[in-house]
Amino acid sequence: MADEIQKFKVSIDGITIEVDPGTTILNAARKIGGDIVPPAMCYYSKLEGSGGKCRTCLVKVSKGSEKDPRPMPKLVASCRTTVMDGMEVMNITSPEVLDARKGVVEMLLINHPLDCPVCDQAGECKLQDLSYEHGTEQTRYEFERRSFERIDIGDKIQLHMNRCILCYRCVYTANQLTGKREHGIIYRGDHAEISTFIENALDNDFIGNVIDVCPVGALTDKTFRFKNRVWFTKPVDAHRDCPSCSGKVTLWYKGTDVIRVTGRKDEYDEVDEFICNTCRFEKKHTDDWVLEHPTDVSDQSVIASNHYHAFNPPPVIKEDAQLKEANIEQLARSEKLK
Amino acid sequence: MGRKLLLEHIHVPGINTLAVYREKGGYRAVEKALKTMSPDDVLEEVKKSGLRGRGGAGFPTGMKWSFLAKPEGVPRYLVCNGDESEPGTFKDRFLMTHIPHALIEGMIVSSYALGAKTSYIYIRGEMMPQIRIIENAIQEAKAAGLLGKNILGSGYDLEIYVQPGGGAYICGEETALLESLEGKRGNPRIKPPFPAVAGLYGCPTVVNNVESIAAVVPIVNDGGEEYAKIGIERSTGTKLISASGNLVKPGVYEIEMGLPVEEFIYSDEYCGGIANGKKLKAVVAGGSSVPILPANLITKTIQGNPRLMTYESLADGGFVSGTAMGSGGFIAFDEDQCIVRNTWNYTRFYRHESCGQCSPCREGTGWMEKLLYRIETGTGNLEDIDLLWDIQRRIEGNTICPLGDAAAWPVAAAIRHFRDEFEWHIMNPQEAQTRNYGLAQYADPLEPVVS
Amino acid sequence: MLSVKENLIVDFSADLLKKFAEVVSRYPEGKQKSALLPLLHLVQEEYGWLSVDAMDKVALFLNIQPIEVYEVATFYTMFLLQPQGKYLLEICRTGPCCLVGAERIMQHIENKLGVKEGEVTPDGLFSWRGVECLAACGFGPVLQIGPAYTFYENLTEESVDKLINELKEKAKTEA
Repeated sequence: MADEIQKFKVSIDGITIEVDPGTTILNAARKIGGDIVPPAMCYYSKLEGSGGKCRTCLVKVSKGSEKDPRPMPKLVASCRTTVMDGMEVMNITSPEVLDARKGVVEMLLINHPLDCPVCDQAGECKLQDLSYEHGTEQTRYEFERRSFERIDIGDKIQLHMNRCILCYRCVYTANQLTGKREHGIIYRGDHAEISTFIENALDNDFIGNVIDVCPVGALTDKTFRFKNRVWFTKPVDAHRDCPSCSGKVTLWYKGTDVIRVTGRKDEYDEVDEFICNTCRFEKKHTDDWVLEHPTDVSDQSVIASNHYHAFNPPPVIKEDAQLKEANIEQLARSEKLK
Repeated sequence: MGRKLLLEHIHVPGINTLAVYREKGGYRAVEKALKTMSPDDVLEEVKKSGLRGRGGAGFPTGMKWSFLAKPEGVPRYLVCNGDESEPGTFKDRFLMTHIPHALIEGMIVSSYALGAKTSYIYIRGEMMPQIRIIENAIQEAKAAGLLGKNILGSGYDLEIYVQPGGGAYICGEETALLESLEGKRGNPRIKPPFPAVAGLYGCPTVVNNVESIAAVVPIVNDGGEEYAKIGIERSTGTKLISASGNLVKPGVYEIEMGLPVEEFIYSDEYCGGIANGKKLKAVVAGGSSVPILPANLITKTIQGNPRLMTYESLADGGFVSGTAMGSGGFIAFDEDQCIVRNTWNYTRFYRHESCGQCSPCREGTGWMEKLLYRIETGTGNLEDIDLLWDIQRRIEGNTICPLGDAAAWPVAAAIRHFRDEFEWHIMNPQEAQTRNYGLAQYADPLEPVVS
Repeated sequence: MLSVKENLIVDFSADLLKKFAEVVSRYPEGKQKSALLPLLHLVQEEYGWLSVDAMDKVALFLNIQPIEVYEVATFYTMFLLQPQGKYLLEICRTGPCCLVGAERIMQHIENKLGVKEGEVTPDGLFSWRGVECLAACGFGPVLQIGPAYTFYENLTEESVDKLINELKEKAKTEA
C-alpha cells in the first residue's frame, strides 16, 4: 500500500480541518465553508497565477506552524499563502483583519462609479456583495472619480473600464484559454486599465469566458445588455453536445426565452467548466439544449428572491392560522411544486 | 578622517579605466578569491563582515547569499540592482560613473561565491551614460581576461550583461526588477517563493544593490573581520551617504558607520552645515520613504543621546521618534521649506510609481495625493488630516511589496511631527500661499554656520 | 485606449536588426522576451518615439504578442508613445530637487519655450516634461535630454537659457 500523504492540520477562527500540504488558507477555509471563508475578488482557482492583488482575503496568521509557532508579522493574502501543519488563522475573529478589509473595500469603491442601477452585473456582482458585507454606508471620498469611455471589444463583449477593479482575471483567462492574448493591462498605478491598446476585437473562440470571470460589471455580454435584471430571470442547467467545449451551461430564462447563456458557477462564483463562444452567444433557443434542472441558487442571492425556489414555510407559519392565512398564495404554490 | 573603502581613489585621474584602477590595487580581490579561496570561503568572509544590504532594507548580505538554493543542473544568477530611484539617493550613480570597475570586480567575486555563470547588472534606463560606462568597463575587463571563459586560469567562467530599465521606481523592488529583466511589467511578485529559490527565469537568484556588491571587494581583500572592526554593533563597515537638500556641500560621502549625525551635517569634512546661513528644520535620513524627523530629533534621540549614522541609532525610538538608515539618502530641509508641500510632492511620487496591482496602494496613494494637494493649495479641511492618517494606516502592511509602506510612512511621519504646520496651512489658506510656516518649535539647536 | 492617428510605419534597418540580435544573445535560449526593454530603447533612439507599427514589429521579432509589448511600453515612463520635439527636456520634479528650486526652473522653461508640459514648440524643436527622481539629488536641479540622456546639473535660469540657445544653434547646423 502506498504511503498515505501526511495531512496538515490548520485551524481557522478556531475551526480545525486537515488538508493536503500545498493547500492555501483560502481553500482550507472553503473546505470548512460558512462565514469564516474570506471574500476573494481577484483569486480564481481555475486560473493559474491569479490572486494576491485585491487584498480582500487578508487574514491574520496568529501561529505559523507547530514547528515555528511565531505569528506572521503582517496580514497575509489567504489566497496565496499555503498552510503549514499546526497553523492558526484568524479571519472574522480578528478585529485587525476586519478593519483592514473595511479599508480595502473603501479603496475598491472610491473610483467605482456605483452605477448599479444601470449595470447588468447588479444582483450577481461580487463587489456589491463585498460592500454590503464589509463596507460602510458613507464614502469619505470627495474627488472626481476616474472615468473611461465605454468600449466594445468585438461585437459580443463590452468593456466598461470605470467599473473594473483590476483583478487581472480576464488577462489570465485570455492567456490560459486562448494562447493568443489580445488584451491586457496597460499603463500603471491608478491609471492602469484593461485594454487592447489599439482598437481591436477579441475574437478567440473562448474569449467569452472573460465575462464569466469578471467579478464586477466591467466585462458584460452585449447580447444580454439591458435585456433584464438578473433577479427577474430563471437559471436552468442544461447541456448540449458541443465539439469545442463541455457544453455544460446555465440558461437564463425570461418567460420562455433564453436571454443569456453562461458557464455553471459554484458557490464562490467560479465556473465549473469554461464554455465556448458558440454555446454562449449563438445557442439561444431551448431546442439547442437538453435541460437538466433548475440551477441551485443560494437563498442569500437576490436571484432567489423572485420566488424561484419552492416556498418552504417554517413550521410556525403552518401552525399559526393567522400567518397561514397571510401566506395562502405561497402555500398554495408550494403545494403545486411538490 | 574616516576610512574610505569604496571611494579611496575617487580623485585619482583615470580611475574609471582598467589600467589606473589596477595600478591602485584593483582586481586584487578577483585574483585572491579565484586563486586562493573556495566560493564558500568568500561567503564566510562576507558573513563575518556583517555587511548589510545597502539598497534600503539592510538585510545581512551573507545570510541572503546562504539562502541561495543550489539544485543540481539548474543555473544560478546574480543580479545587481542598479535601479537607483529612491528620492534622495544617488550614490550608485556616483559609484558607477567614477569607479565602474569597483562594481565589476565585486560582481566577479560575488558571482564566483554564488556559483553564477551569467550575471546581470540592471541599471535604470535614465542612466544611459552610466550604462555605457559599465558596458565599456565590462569590455575592458573581458579583454584583460577578467571575464569570460577560464578567468585568470582558474577554470571559472562568467559573463556579465547590463540590462537597462525603462523608468519605473518599483523595479528597485527585487522581484519587480526580475519581472522587468524578463521583459515584463514591473509588478512585484508574491512571496514566497523568494528569489533565492525561484528568481530569474524560475532559477535561484540573488539580487544585491550596487554598493553592497562593491563592498565585497574590500571584504575579500582585507578579510571580513577587518571590515567588521569598522562601525558599531550590527552596523559594520562604511556606508555611502547621498547628501542633498539645503546643505553647503551636498554630494556623496563615504562614512564610517557610527559617525554622529550632527558631525555629518555640520563638519567641514562632510556637508559643511546648512546652506545660506539658514537653520535646519528637518531631515529625511534614508531616502524619501523613511520617516522625516524635525531637527531636534535628528541630532539627538528622544533620550538626549547623540544620534549616530548606524542602522540602530537612526531607528532609535521606532517610528514615534526615530527613522531609518534606508538607502542612505540624506535630505536636509532649511527653515524656508514647507513640509506640507514636500509631503504632497513625495505622495505624488508614490502615486506615480505605484504599479497598480494591489488595491490599497493603487487607490490609496492617489487619494492621499489629492487630499495633500487640497491642503497645500488652500482648500483643505481639518478633518483631512485624520483622514490622511487613516488612509496611510490602511495601506501600510497590506500590500504585496513595500511600496505601500514607503508611501504611507512619509505621510504618517509628517503628520506626527508637523501636525501644527498642516493645521496652520488649513486655517490660513491665503497666508500659506505666500509664505512658509517656518521653524515653529523645531528650531535648530546650533548656531547657523557663517560661510 | 489609444486611437492611432499618427502611426509611423517603420522598417528596421539591417544595422538595427544586428543590434537586436546581439541583445537577444545575452539571455538563455527561449528567454528572448528579456530583450524587450533594450529593444524598445534602441527603436526609440532610432525614431524618437514608439509607434504602434514599431511595437508590432518588435513583437514579431521576439515572437511575442503585440499586447505584451504595449503592456510594457505603457508601464515604463521612458517610452514615448507620441512624437515629441526634437529635444525633450526632462526635468526632475521630485522632493530633493524642489528643495533647491526645480519648480522655479520648470516654470522658467515653460515661459521660455512658451509651451505647456507635454506640448511641442511650433518649430518642432522642443518639448518638456517633469519626471520623477533622476537620482542626482545632490546636484539638483537637474534635467536630461534623450536619446543619449545627456545630463545637466545645478541648473539656474541662466544655464537653462544658455542650454536652450545652444540646442537651437545645434539644430540649425544639423539642418
